[in-house]
Amino acid sequence: MRLPIQSGWLLVLPFLLLVGGLFLGPILNILWLSVTDPTPGLGNYAQLVTSDTLGRILWTTIRVCVICTVFSVLFGYSIAYAMVHAAGPTQSRMLSLLLVSFWISVLVRTFSWLMLLGRNGVVNSGLEALGIISQPIPFMRNELGVLIGMIHYMVPYAVLPILASMQSIDGRVVQASRSLGATGAQTLWRVYLPLTRAGVVAASLLVFIINLGFYVIPAVLGGGKVLMVAEYISVQVLVTLQWGTAAMLAALLLFGVLTLLFIMSRFMKLSTVFGGART
Amino acid sequence: MTGPGGSLHLRSLCKRYGSYPAVDSVDLQIERGEFLTLLGPSGSGKTTLLMMIAGFQDITSGDILLDGTSIANTPAEKRNFGMVFQGYALFPHMTVKDNIAYPLSVRKRPKAEIAARVAEMLDLVRLTPFAKRFPKELSGGQQQRVALARALCFAPPVLLLDEPLGALDKKLRIEVQAQLKDIHQRVGTTFVYVTHDQEEALSMSDRIVIMQNGRIEQVGTPSDLYQQPKTAFAASFLGKSNFLRRDGAVFALRPEKIDLAPAGAGQGANKVSGAVQSVTYFGAVLKYQVAVPGMDPIEVDVDAWRGGAALPEGARVDLTWSETAAVRLTDQTL
Ligand SMILES: Nc1ncnc2c1ncn2[C@@H]1O[C@H](COP(=O)(O)OP(=O)(O)OP(=O)(O)O)[C@@H](O)[C@H]1O
Ligand SMILES: [Mg+2]
Repeated sequence: MRLPIQSGWLLVLPFLLLVGGLFLGPILNILWLSVTDPTPGLGNYAQLVTSDTLGRILWTTIRVCVICTVFSVLFGYSIAYAMVHAAGPTQSRMLSLLLVSFWISVLVRTFSWLMLLGRNGVVNSGLEALGIISQPIPFMRNELGVLIGMIHYMVPYAVLPILASMQSIDGRVVQASRSLGATGAQTLWRVYLPLTRAGVVAASLLVFIINLGFYVIPAVLGGGKVLMVAEYISVQVLVTLQWGTAAMLAALLLFGVLTLLFIMSRFMKLSTVFGGART
Repeated sequence: MTGPGGSLHLRSLCKRYGSYPAVDSVDLQIERGEFLTLLGPSGSGKTTLLMMIAGFQDITSGDILLDGTSIANTPAEKRNFGMVFQGYALFPHMTVKDNIAYPLSVRKRPKAEIAARVAEMLDLVRLTPFAKRFPKELSGGQQQRVALARALCFAPPVLLLDEPLGALDKKLRIEVQAQLKDIHQRVGTTFVYVTHDQEEALSMSDRIVIMQNGRIEQVGTPSDLYQQPKTAFAASFLGKSNFLRRDGAVFALRPEKIDLAPAGAGQGANKVSGAVQSVTYFGAVLKYQVAVPGMDPIEVDVDAWRGGAALPEGARVDLTWSETAAVRLTDQTL
């Protein structure tokens, strides 16, 4: 006798129910709130075109996320490249340093940047003591500060998928390119980059999606001047109690992420993106 | 269709990993347009030597000259040597056509010239209908030919091949051997070919270099090496050999150069008597193992069509051979 469903599903059924109840439920609730609070209708979504504040916040969010993604992936690519070409022991040392940075709390890292680059931070007071500058350089409490903090936080996330795709490259392909007369730059551009494209796409997606929801870093390092969506949602929920607007923005983020994933899935199989390897 | 091949001169070339000599003072002159094979067991230093010629492995000491000029300090991409890697190393993200065009397009040649040359190469390796496919859509033998076309496309003076047929099955391998040999004759490029398959070496090469432990054991034409091996290693690595001790020297004697006759029927100065230990039928030949008192068992090949019915195990036989059949080796002992 055959079960109507594969028995393997029975094993994961309790977790499916848990996920459904604790994850999908609240999300549906948010979607529901966004079209019912304070009055039923699409009024919350209409704010997107009518409200200047919202428009500015969305633009800041997208701009900061794009810049951060570009730099994180650039740095991540260089670090991953150095790692795959390092000798065995150096490579594992580099990997453990990378993992250590995952374990350090975002708060600790954020306040460390303040101590380093703030008005009275190590760098500014050092430069002043040396007489190189007379006014402190405004690194922090602005968009630059937010970018520094976010890029620093995101680089390790960018490294891992890129590293995986680099490790799957057959070294002989690179040798072949050289033996055929290609310069280092040509080999990088025409062989190495295309073969690591899946890793770069995965890293960009991952970094961008995590960036969209950043809260602590913009709040602390932006000094209230860089208002991004996540922080604005929290203000709506905790301070002004406009749940409808908050729910609308949350729904917007959700759809943004899903749309990104969908667009990417048109270009390549998502499994290869997240597997990091070429097929 | 291609420029004339280059000549290579290796001068006491050494490569040490720590204190381990992977290539040990190799001296070798490779002639223009020659098909030279490096043959040796696993770990004998063939790949290391080839990679030193290609420029991917640095030289501990010694020198490499191309047409009389040292290239020891020239980086791999400037040496202009074609190379076919084991496993082919095709670019998986490029079509067959783009793979073959690669060496010309990185040299920024005009589009029209590239197109014409690629068409010519596709024709040479008979892959014109497959130009738009990707490497993973090709069979092993086809991929091998793409790698060959890519490496020959920019008319290199020297083509280096590292076990290019290693991944192919026996039947395909023999077919591709013939194609490779044919292409070699047509393009006139100097081929340096690495293999550990002795039949491949014998059937394709102008000369064979037998390597062992990073050293050259013996160099010569296939028939030189087969008929006149200098050492026991060369004699047993290329074909089969019986070893005989006579007058304090060691001789190699090929199984097919021995005549086998029923006891009493054998004539000649070089004669031993023994008993058939085993006999195996191989279609074209019968292989006998003959036990001779005071010696190792002797292997004898007899043309199956000539000998009639096989002699039974235990039969008494005489083994005879001509004076020139046994070759004196430089080894004093075995
Ligand atoms: N990077 C390395 N470090 C240390 N020893 C090495 C290194 N590469 C190769 N060797 C040693 O050098 C010797 C020659 O290796 P090589 O790869 O040239 O052999 P080969 O003749 O090509 O063998 P095969 O037929 O198995 O490919 C081997 O004993 C090998 O262990
Ligand atoms: Mg090898």
